[in-house]
Amino acid sequence: MTSARSVTYRAAVLEALFGEMCRDDSVIMMGEDIGAAGGVFKQTEGLFAKFGSDRVIDTPISESGAFGIAVGAAMTGQRPVFEVMFGDFITLIMDQLVNQAAKVNYMSAGQFDVPLVVRTAVGIGSNLGPQHSQSLHAWLTHIPGLKVVMPSTPADAKGLMVAAIRDNNPVAFFEDRMLYNARGEVPDGDYVVPIGCADVKRPGKDITLIATGRMVQTALAAADLLAKEEISAEVVDPRSLVPLDIERLVDSVKKTSRAVVVDGGYRQYGVTGEIASSVAEHAFDWLDAPVIRIGGADVPIPFSKTLELLTLPNAERLARETAALVRGER
Amino acid sequence: MTLDRRTSLSIFERMLMIRHFEEAVIRLYKQGRFVSHYHIYIGQEATGAAVLEALGDNDLICTTHRNHGHIIGRGCDPNRAMAEILGRATGFNGGRSGTLHISDPSRGFLSTSAVVGGCGGLATGAAYGLKVKREPHVSVGFFGDGSLEEGLVIESFNIAALWKLPVVYVCENNSAGAVGPQHGGYPTAITATDSFTRLPAAYGIHCLKVDGTDINAVHAAASEAIARCRNGNGPVFIEAFTMRWPGSSPLWPELATVTDLDAAWDSTRIAGPHADWSRHHDPLLRVARELVAAGHATRDELKASDKNARDRIAAAEKFAIDSPMPAPATVGDHVFA
Repeated sequence: MTSARSVTYRAAVLEALFGEMCRDDSVIMMGEDIGAAGGVFKQTEGLFAKFGSDRVIDTPISESGAFGIAVGAAMTGQRPVFEVMFGDFITLIMDQLVNQAAKVNYMSAGQFDVPLVVRTAVGIGSNLGPQHSQSLHAWLTHIPGLKVVMPSTPADAKGLMVAAIRDNNPVAFFEDRMLYNARGEVPDGDYVVPIGCADVKRPGKDITLIATGRMVQTALAAADLLAKEEISAEVVDPRSLVPLDIERLVDSVKKTSRAVVVDGGYRQYGVTGEIASSVAEHAFDWLDAPVIRIGGADVPIPFSKTLELLTLPNAERLARETAALVRGER
Repeated sequence: MTLDRRTSLSIFERMLMIRHFEEAVIRLYKQGRFVSHYHIYIGQEATGAAVLEALGDNDLICTTHRNHGHIIGRGCDPNRAMAEILGRATGFNGGRSGTLHISDPSRGFLSTSAVVGGCGGLATGAAYGLKVKREPHVSVGFFGDGSLEEGLVIESFNIAALWKLPVVYVCENNSAGAVGPQHGGYPTAITATDSFTRLPAAYGIHCLKVDGTDINAVHAAASEAIARCRNGNGPVFIEAFTMRWPGSSPLWPELATVTDLDAAWDSTRIAGPHADWSRHHDPLLRVARELVAAGHATRDELKASDKNARDRIAAAEKFAIDSPMPAPATVGDHVFA
C-alpha cells in the first residue's frame, strides 16, 4: 500500500525524474542551465548533485543542435528528457521535433524508436511578455507521431512524467510554471498515470467543463462559484491531448448534455476547437446546447499585469459563461 | 596506388554497384515506374565507397536525400533499396520512405534525413549514444556542402567538439563544376566562406581535405578520422571534392553519361557534350585505370566485376517492379511505436 504526502507540482515532477534516473541508466537530462544551476525555475534542483554531468547535461544555447542530438541519442538507446526553458522556444526545435522525431518510427517502418520527452514550462501570468508566456501545445497536437500531455495536479505531474519517460515515442510534456508551487497529495514510490486516460476531477450533473493543464484549477474554482448558484459542474481533465480520451469526455457530456472547453493557449485554431468538435461529433444527440470554447485571447501576451491577465480565462468568466449556457441565456 | 589489392578492388566493386544502381534509378524514373523528386550519387562514388570501406560493421551512418550511394556502397540489399524507391511493400521502409529516407538499421543506418543538415544533428546524437555506452564505434554523417548553410550543423560542430564525440563529418563538396542557378542550373553552395573547413576548424575540430575521386586519399583520411574517434580524440571533418556529374546539374536528374568501362583505357569511346567530365572527372573510370596500372587487376577481371554488378542491379530492378505495393490497411502502421 503506497502512501501519499502533500508535495508541490515542481517537486512531484522532480520525484519522477529522480525515480526514473535511478531506475534506468539510459535516462538522461539535457537542457540549458539545468545542471549545477538547477534550472531557471529550480525544476531540476538536486539532479546534478545526484547524477553528475554525464547524465544531467548543460547544453549550449543551441536548441536546434542540442535537440537534434537528443533525437539521435534516443535512436541509439538513450532516453533523453530534453528541457526547453520556455514553452515559446519549442519553435527553435520544431524542425527536429516535427520532421525527425515524430516521423522516425513511421519512416523506418518501426525499425527505430525515439523514446524521448520534451519538457517545457508554459503559462500566462508571470509578467514575462510576448516571447516568454505562450502556451504553444496546440502546435504539437497537430503532428502525428507526437504525444502531448498536460498535467494539472502534482500527482498527475509525477505519474505522467514517469509514463512519458517509459513511453517509446516522443512525448511533449507541458508544465504550467504558475502551478510549480501548487500542492497536492502525491503517491509515494512507483506511480504511473497512463497516457491517454482522462480524469474526472470533480463530478457534477448539469454541465461538463473540459479543462486542460492549469485551466483545470480554474475550472474547479469556477465549479465552486457555480455551486453557489445551484449549478452542478463536472470537471474533466483530458490529461493528454494526444492521444485524446474522447470516450471518457463523451461519457461525461452524455450525462450532463452540455459542455464548455477551456484551455490556456490561444483560442484560434486551438485545442478547444478540436476537443469541442470531437465532442459534438460523438455526442450530438445528447447535447442541449452548443459546445462553447474558452481559450486565451488571440493577442500576443502583453507584459503589463493589467493587460496580461485579460488574456487568460479566469474562474469568474468561466462561471459566468457556463451559467449562461446552462440557463439558456446564450 | 597505395591501397592494397583486396581493399582497392573491394572499393571498386562498391563503386560499380552504386553506379549501375543509380543509372537504373534514372531509367526507372524515365519509364514512369515511380514519381518523386530524387537525387543521384554518380560522380561521388569514390568518396562514399572508400569511407564505407574504412568503416567497421558496427559503426553508425546518417545520410541525406542523396543517400542511394551510401546505402548501396555499404552493401545493403539492392533489391530492397530499389523496392523502397519504387514505393513497394518489400522496400527497406515498407514504402514509407521512398528515395528520400532509405534506412537499413541492420547495416548501421539511422533514419535518413532529407531536411538539409538534419543528419548533422542525428549523427552527432548517435555519436553521443556510442560514447555514453562506451562502445568503441564511430558515427559518420554524410552531407553536402549546402548543409553548412544550416545553423543546426554549426551548432552540432560546437557540441561535438565540446563533448569530444566520436563523429566523422564527411562533407561531400559537389558544387565544383555545377551549373549555378544564375545559368539555369541547380543548386550550388551559397556561402561567404572561402573554405568550408574554416567552419569546423573554428571549434578546434580536426579537418582533412581530399580529392573525392581518389580512393587512396579518401580511404586514408577516413581511416585516420575513424582512428582518432575510436581513440577518444573527438570529431573529425573531412571535405571531399568532386566535380559535379552533369546529370545532377538540372533540377531533375538526366542520364547525361552512360557507363562504358572500356572508355577507361580507350578514350576514343568518349564523345558528346560531357566528354570532359568522363575523361577527367569520372571516378569509376579513374579507379579502373589505376587498378590496371597498379597490376591489381586485368581489364577483363574488371569487366567481369562490371558485368556482375550490372546483373545484380538488373535483378534488383526486376525484384522491385515485381513487388507488391503496400496494403492500404497499413497506412496507419508505425505512427507510434
